[in-house]
Amino acid sequence: MENNFKKTKREGVVIFSPYESGSSIKKALEIGRENILFEVRESKMKGRGGAGFPTATKWMLVAASRADKKYMICNADEGEPGTFKDRVLLTEYPALVFDGMVVGGYTIGSEIGILYLRGEYIFMLEELEDFLQSMRKQNLLGKNILGKEGFNFDIAIRLGSGAYVCGEETALIESLEGHRGEPRNRPPYPVNTGYMGYPTVVNNVETLASIPQIITKGADWFKAHGTDKSTGSKLFSVSGDCEKPGVYELPWGTSLNELVEIVGATNTKAIQVGGASGICIPKSQFDRKLSYEDASTGGSIMIFNQSRKMLKVLKNFMEFFVEESCGQCTPCRIGNIKLLEGVVKIEKGDYTFSYINSLKDLSKTMQVASKCGLGQSSPNPFISILENFKDEIFSSNGNGANHA
Amino acid sequence: MLVYEKNSLSEEIELLIERFGKDRVALLPILQIIEKRHNYISEFAQQEVARLLDIHPVEVYSVVSFYNFLHRYPQGKNIVRLCKTISCDMAGKQEIEKALKRELGINFDETTRDKKWTLEYTSCLGMCDQGPAMLVNDKIYTKLDPETAVKILNDTK
Ligand SMILES: Cc1cc2nc3c(=O)[nH]c(=O)nc-3n(C[C@H](O)[C@H](O)[C@H](O)COP(=O)(O)O)c2cc1C
Ligand code: SF4
Ligand code: FES
Repeated sequence: MENNFKKTKREGVVIFSPYESGSSIKKALEIGRENILFEVRESKMKGRGGAGFPTATKWMLVAASRADKKYMICNADEGEPGTFKDRVLLTEYPALVFDGMVVGGYTIGSEIGILYLRGEYIFMLEELEDFLQSMRKQNLLGKNILGKEGFNFDIAIRLGSGAYVCGEETALIESLEGHRGEPRNRPPYPVNTGYMGYPTVVNNVETLASIPQIITKGADWFKAHGTDKSTGSKLFSVSGDCEKPGVYELPWGTSLNELVEIVGATNTKAIQVGGASGICIPKSQFDRKLSYEDASTGGSIMIFNQSRKMLKVLKNFMEFFVEESCGQCTPCRIGNIKLLEGVVKIEKGDYTFSYINSLKDLSKTMQVASKCGLGQSSPNPFISILENFKDEIFSSNGNGANHA
Repeated sequence: MLVYEKNSLSEEIELLIERFGKDRVALLPILQIIEKRHNYISEFAQQEVARLLDIHPVEVYSVVSFYNFLHRYPQGKNIVRLCKTISCDMAGKQEIEKALKRELGINFDETTRDKKWTLEYTSCLGMCDQGPAMLVNDKIYTKLDPETAVKILNDTK
């Protein structure tokens, strides 16, 4: 009933493979910045927070910039509906996450790391602080880390306050600076003008947790898993209609057919890949592969069986976006309300197809005209659910068959 | 608010500023602590924070109004936040919703008269594999059924 979120033993080829706390820091200090960057670049590691930006490129940009200060930020705002892998990493594998931050800090030349933890996860704060304290005792944090003259780095934890949009990296920085969590225009990117105006790396928890494994075991080992364009493995947060929900580490390239098998899902109708801002894939397309190049996701996998009404699912997502839009730009603020209105009208059977088409046009406008990823991707479920389940939703009784 | 209450709140905020620094970046941590201690951030508290951080009160107001976990009006001593996102919904959120409303005698977004309880919805809590889930103050509870949900309330009192 309560706090049973810790599993004793997990299995996985990369992240959940054995790791000795501190070992990647030791190795990183031995091989030096150039070789770390080389190894990360060779691994073709891409960001696990959703956008899939090459991690080495981000690090190189900050490493190469000249500034008095640089920041290494770990984005632990995990708020995409259906995502909980960062929770598992932070509670069960803090050494991977924090060692990854230290290695990153060393590589880019930063002395200050910040973990931005979503307010909902305050229950883990004490354990995380204790863990940081034990790292300080072992000189894995602090001054002259592991005897490396001049390498000082420490990590502070800051809490969010219940705003999904603060996971967007520039909104996160605004929030850290004591402002409303409203995304900034990009460019400039955080690598140039980040926290307090200094060059900043913002990385997802899972991205950072992969780094120690890459550093200690090598890029080739890492690349042996996954596909050519999506190297390594991914943590998938699986929820919904299946026997074994939970976090799974699977190589990139795993198909949805394989996935439903692994998690014990039967009678499946559809899978929402990538959370509320992702896309809904019907059973007929379960040969699609989880990867950056096909069905891309920050890890959220929500499974719906035949008994679920897809219009209800869509409504839940659109309510989420109406709630979580920061309201800063019009396409997103108004657009999501209009799309939700549309869903309600379809529910009531009070629509015409020209009206639906105008909402689809609006969706396209939102995708191009919104300021940040929230408004750019919130139409995704609207478009994909109406398209893939039109027979169910616009069935002949004229009211969407969703009155049941 | 009584004069001595105001004085003690001012003092409290001064101490917080000593701890976190007289700097804009301290704003959110300070507000989070005030919220935790007082169950909201009063207009007076907002003004004091603004004065002591040397920023315009509107700045503080705009931050308080932005974040879901910060409130401008008094909330209950305990805040229950039930996840309403789809995975928890499919796992039986509705039954929990009913049980909580019945037990506390209030609707969502309301506070009991004795100011002990506030009921809110929240978006995904990151516990979707163990839904339905709810947050009671700082603690997350998962795999709820109506009975356990009510028991948690009783144990929290
Ligand atoms: C609305 C919105 C919410 C986001 N939430 C998160 C989040 O919770 N965690 C995260 O790592 N990235 C999130 N991102 C992506 C970040 O902006 C950023 O791309 C990411 O933290 C970069 O890390 P990576 O390169 O390691 O993936 C979000 C983006 C948007 C638009
Ligand atoms: S797209 Fe939405 S969340 Fe992003 S800046 Fe615009 S209003 Fe805010
Ligand atoms: S859907 Fe309720 S915790 Fe994620």
